[in-house]
Amino acid sequence: MTPMTMSTEQADHIDGGRFRKWLHAPEPQGWFQSSAQQFHQGWLKFRLHPLGLAGLAIIVLLILVALSAPLLTAYDPIVQDMAGRLSPPSAEHWLGTDNFGRDVFARIVYGARTTLYIIILVSVIVAPMGLLIGTCSGYFGGIVDEVLMRVTDIFLSFPGLVLALGFAAALGPGITNAIIAISLTAWPPIARLARAETLSLRKADFIAAVRLQGATPATIITRHILPMCIPSVIVRVTLNMAGIIITAAGLGFLGLGAQPPWPEWGTMAATGREFMLDSPWVIAAPGIAIALVSLAFNLVGDALRDVLDPRGSQ
Amino acid sequence: MSTSLIDIRNLEIAFGHGTVRAVRGVTFSLGQEKLGIVGESGSGKSTVGRAIMKLLPPTAIVSAQQMTFQGVDLLKADERAMMTIRGRRIGLILQDPKYSLNPVMRVGEQIAETYRFHYPKATAKQAFEQMLAMLDAVKIRDVEKVARLYPHEISGGMGQRVMIAMMLIAEPEVLIADEPTSALDVTVRLEILALLDELVARRNLGLIFISHDLNLVRNFCDRVLIMYAGRVVEVLKARELESAKHPYTQGLLASLPSIDNPPTRLPILKRDPAWLHDNVLELPR
Amino acid sequence: MANADLVSKRDSDTTFSEEEVAYAAPHPLAILLRRLAGRVVAIVTTLLGLLFLTFSMGRLLPADPVLAITGPEVSKEVYDRVYNELGLGQPILVQFLSYVGRVATGDLGTSATTGQPILTDLLAIFPATIELAVIAMIVGALVGVPLGITAAVRRGTVIDHVARIVALAGHSIPIFWTGLMALFVFYAKLQLVGASGRVDVFYEGLVTPVTGFLLIDSAVEGQWDVFQSALGHIILPGAILGYYSVAYISRMSRSFMLEQLSQEYIVTARAKGLGRRKVVWRHAFRNIRVQLLTIMALTFGGLLEGAVLIETVFGWPGLGQYLTRGLQMNDMNVVMGAVLTIGAVFLTINILSDVLYRILDPRTR
Repeated sequence: MTPMTMSTEQADHIDGGRFRKWLHAPEPQGWFQSSAQQFHQGWLKFRLHPLGLAGLAIIVLLILVALSAPLLTAYDPIVQDMAGRLSPPSAEHWLGTDNFGRDVFARIVYGARTTLYIIILVSVIVAPMGLLIGTCSGYFGGIVDEVLMRVTDIFLSFPGLVLALGFAAALGPGITNAIIAISLTAWPPIARLARAETLSLRKADFIAAVRLQGATPATIITRHILPMCIPSVIVRVTLNMAGIIITAAGLGFLGLGAQPPWPEWGTMAATGREFMLDSPWVIAAPGIAIALVSLAFNLVGDALRDVLDPRGSQ
Repeated sequence: MSTSLIDIRNLEIAFGHGTVRAVRGVTFSLGQEKLGIVGESGSGKSTVGRAIMKLLPPTAIVSAQQMTFQGVDLLKADERAMMTIRGRRIGLILQDPKYSLNPVMRVGEQIAETYRFHYPKATAKQAFEQMLAMLDAVKIRDVEKVARLYPHEISGGMGQRVMIAMMLIAEPEVLIADEPTSALDVTVRLEILALLDELVARRNLGLIFISHDLNLVRNFCDRVLIMYAGRVVEVLKARELESAKHPYTQGLLASLPSIDNPPTRLPILKRDPAWLHDNVLELPR
Repeated sequence: MANADLVSKRDSDTTFSEEEVAYAAPHPLAILLRRLAGRVVAIVTTLLGLLFLTFSMGRLLPADPVLAITGPEVSKEVYDRVYNELGLGQPILVQFLSYVGRVATGDLGTSATTGQPILTDLLAIFPATIELAVIAMIVGALVGVPLGITAAVRRGTVIDHVARIVALAGHSIPIFWTGLMALFVFYAKLQLVGASGRVDVFYEGLVTPVTGFLLIDSAVEGQWDVFQSALGHIILPGAILGYYSVAYISRMSRSFMLEQLSQEYIVTARAKGLGRRKVVWRHAFRNIRVQLLTIMALTFGGLLEGAVLIETVFGWPGLGQYLTRGLQMNDMNVVMGAVLTIGAVFLTINILSDVLYRILDPRTR
């Protein structure tokens, strides 16, 4: 079994350059080095999960596809070609064309950008928001906790898609509004989680110690409690991301989301629906894409849970 | 020489595909006596107790030259055979009733369940009365009321009494007690030990008492087995403990503070790596 | 005592006067009432918050509500009159309270598409969704619970892997896509099931709606051809929703079961001699029953969500399709009314399951 740290003598014998030595140094100097070492140890554990690695590969693939979209296909995803509409998969059009003659493969590839955009923005909004609300609620307790948890409960009293639907409908169609709507439904579980973690940490001795040193609540929360909540929040956001992608696709399917002609996988399924009977490839492709990315997040999330939070995993 | 109830020769138990050897070549016999198995955490003592009942997780690799109970070969016994032994001929008492009792079942029902399982022809009424009688035998007052309580509504001492009742109601021949008093307050501890003493004597049981508390065991048991790192390093009669020969046992004895002769510093056990290879074959009594 | 000064004093070590010490414990009935009152307050505030959420959704609409009524070309006086009629000039709180008042009396506005009061519409179509949801729940519970439990008990075997694949697929594949693909295979290609709606067109309206559940109503009347048509129409959407329920319920059951099987009382049960079946069902299962109830409530919420998409795909005339049609027609009153209804139903289910949990779990009594 690989030890978490090793003696200086062992470290001296590691082949490879100074970077590897730095990663394995028994006494890390400073926050950056110890974080890097922890990350490295986590990665070594993650590496042992074949399914998690597969999921990670898919996510990396998604990022690469999204970034290199123009390189992967010569076709423009928006330009119509009514003469060639609804043609089945062929050498020319790998996934066929849709009802406007647009190359389906190109639309999938550019649609990956939309998906990536949604994933990144929602994570960036939801994680800090949930963390902040949850930790404040848990730390301050009392009326703050009551009010914040009441608000969380209110948001949780709607099923996710329905709430997102309501907000997206109210705000109007468009990808940004869809992202706002989805974020509003995705933050409550994160807040709940952060609150639960904060409650158990609040009583810890090290918190009392740092408070005796004169730390303000803001410092305690941001520098001491928040970092401890991050691993489980990462796991939860990853796991929930699968559902968020599906919700986003659902919104797209219902016409709220990226507006035509911009490609979005959910919207593609909606428009292809009319022609499904004779041209099933128009819906098959986006559905498979959504499922693959969602699956990837599920797999990565499961593996991450084993690595970061083994108590909660089965 | 009295006939032994349980005979174990060279018991080996490993976990994790054989990487962790929890029990290495343990040999002993149990007669109608109180046998104590003493060791620190990780010595393998609890593992031995559970192995006899074949209650180890399926990843455990168990092998031995012999592991018999009253002539029944426990090694070869399949699950159906073990089901006739567990609870009915050998009982197992666990450490903490907070966790070892089913939280959503009334305690009376849990006790009666053992009886009803092993005597399926008994009526519900008969089982109920047996259960009440058993609660009385473990010195619980107001048996009807207690029988209707849930485990979280009773104290630790009462919980252990319930545990004992549950395991003795089918009238077994052997009782294995895995740290039965470790989770209890000191005063309650003595009551439970007295109760066990009485029940074991009255029913002529063989008792294996597993503990980390040497003092407790020397005063309670007839014979003591000292385990270290999966091996038995010493076997002797409880009253002869002072003349222990193995340095580990001597070290354990030395680290027990005495009220008559309090030392200025408590001696610390110095572990000799050679002990990892010691083994003691049981001598005939 | 000689050692009293060696005993550390706690920071809040005060001595109480006799009067303070001799205060009587509150009456048990008072405690119960206070706890009950607390829960009622919690429920009411959540409900109000739910209403506020839908209210604010309604307010967010970019469309001008006055112009929606009057049309785009309007004089200032007409605009002002309608503006005041709608109460738009009043403070938000007053507007909210009048909204709450309207909802409480059942006035959810009128649908621009059907011309009916929305409440009437909702009451008419609600049973269709419930019928679908009930079937999906039954499938989910009857298949999902044993699947999850067996997967946990026989961990690592084939059935465990099957259960995990089922669960994974259910959490990755979008339900509208499964619906579309299923329609394609079973309806278009295999001609096995019915098309949109609850029955074939020529059977519509033949059966008097007693319960609102076509399957029951037609069976009661003995109209077996209608029954068969209804069955053919409900089987696919019901099966798909059922599958997604199975995916969720089996995953949670497995998780709960694994947690129980590693507990000490399981060792005790086995030490008593009990066989695997008794250990699993009489002991472990009893400990997860209550948790499963909560899962059922959450599943129902998920079903309401899934129903929105499945009803749209299958043309099933229920709450979900009502919502999405309203969305397409830009009938915002319908959208908000439907969203509010779904939220209210979900909240009620959660509260009920919470109450049941407290009653059934002996530890919380």
